[in-house]
Amino acid sequence: MTDRPTIDRTSHLELEQHEKTFLDSNELIINMGPQHPATHGVLRVILKLDGEKVLGTECVIGYLHRGVEKIAEHRTYTMFNPYVDRMDYVAAVSNGLGYCEAVEKLLNVEAPRRAQYIRVILTELNRLASHMLWLGTHALDIGAITPLFYTFRDREEILKIFEKYCGARLTTHAFRIGGCSYETYEGFEREVKKFLDFVTPKIDEYEELLTTNRIWLERTKDVGKISAKECIALGVTGPVLRASGVKWDLRKAQPYAAYSDFDFDIPVGENGDTYDRYIVRMQEMRQSLRIIDQAIGKIPDGPIMAKVAKVMKPPVGEIYHSIEAPKGELGYFIVSDGSTQPYRVRVRPPSFVNLQALDMMVRGALVADVIAVIGTLDIVLGEVDR
Amino acid sequence: MIARLRGQNGSGLRETNTYLGQKYIVADSSLIPELLQVLRDQEQFDYCVDITAVHYPDREKQFEVVWILYSFPHNERIRVKASYSETDSVPSSVPIWPAANWLEREVFDMFGIPFDGHPDLKRILLPDGWKGHPLRKDYGIIQQDQEWVQINLGIESGQ
Repeated sequence: MTDRPTIDRTSHLELEQHEKTFLDSNELIINMGPQHPATHGVLRVILKLDGEKVLGTECVIGYLHRGVEKIAEHRTYTMFNPYVDRMDYVAAVSNGLGYCEAVEKLLNVEAPRRAQYIRVILTELNRLASHMLWLGTHALDIGAITPLFYTFRDREEILKIFEKYCGARLTTHAFRIGGCSYETYEGFEREVKKFLDFVTPKIDEYEELLTTNRIWLERTKDVGKISAKECIALGVTGPVLRASGVKWDLRKAQPYAAYSDFDFDIPVGENGDTYDRYIVRMQEMRQSLRIIDQAIGKIPDGPIMAKVAKVMKPPVGEIYHSIEAPKGELGYFIVSDGSTQPYRVRVRPPSFVNLQALDMMVRGALVADVIAVIGTLDIVLGEVDR
Repeated sequence: MIARLRGQNGSGLRETNTYLGQKYIVADSSLIPELLQVLRDQEQFDYCVDITAVHYPDREKQFEVVWILYSFPHNERIRVKASYSETDSVPSSVPIWPAANWLEREVFDMFGIPFDGHPDLKRILLPDGWKGHPLRKDYGIIQQDQEWVQINLGIESGQ
């Protein structure tokens, strides 16, 4: 091993050595991650502790940085499309929807109604899959093993639908700029309906395991509290914001795709604690089922692709388009210089911005609560680091 | 709103326009700190969605910094843009929106644009010792800090 320069990552944690006495010698710096089962990937958190109480944290991110934004500048608009799936890899369909819609706006085309309905159905299925994965891993982190098996079993059914539709289970690349590249397969509607009937009682089953479970309540109630005001100041969006009582969902606030056609509620919480975020996500799963149920019955006939040139050259200009991804506001800021390749693509990832709130949420809490809060923020490191 | 801002700032607002239904303001860089403060305090743009930059190497002022703002009370978005040269530093908006903290660090990391008054300006995605700023146009797509890779990973190339 060669001598490696030590990188001082802890400088801002005010590590000034004060006079050591027996009593205050228990201030401790602990490193959590990047290889740690509860950090959901390669997140490193440096914790400053007093006994078991958290005095401060610092997140070290970037272990999964692949330079997606740089790659975009060297690919055509179409070529970049599959890359976006690799950011939030548990909700790849949402990523694709946001990107395709942003480029469509830039090109001034609109996807046909049929394509928009298919998009809504797949995106909502994906939201369900993302929330299921969150529930399983979050409960596992806190110590409940059973939900993981339940949710992964049922998530599999969603992935089977994706696989049948586009051949891929996770990095689906389901949509194209201008619509969808695949027509629904034979029996698609029947299978989705069957899935709805299958999964509705399963969500009750998850709730039976956790909602009134005393250990679950002890571990989540009043843990990682964040107020609505703090959420807005820190730019936190998605279920975390809604659990703090802000009734804001981009599907309603600035509807995109075909969302304005459907009835659904925005679940909100009151306390902004980990338990409320759990309740909000559970209700969101039911709302997703409601949307799919409405959409599946009335997919309009017609083409699935709008007229889009093979070689896309959007006029010079900029666009910011954002959608409600399972984790929050996912935005794309695209600058076109009139050529076949984007001049600049900026992705506004919800996980990255939400993770910023971690420090505020865990100050004064216990180490075990840090695990709960990382889980409840529902971050995906592929998206944080891009 | 635009008229109000125009009245306050006069010719400092170089362009206020709408493209594809989205409002944007191109402002003189000297106006930025006050303009952002006014947008939050008086126009209720309480949510800083994103801060990013675009590199135009051919321009005299190479970097265009973009603030994307959203107002919860009005359900409205706006983009504010200002140009900066390589030697300029941009006023930090962390005192206005705490959300700006990591966003500004990322702009600093990727473009090397310093933010004045940022509480903890350092790289965020790349390692601290890394040389170069990858999202500048003159940074090649397979370029990397060879020295850092050799020292820290013990290999010739990260490719």
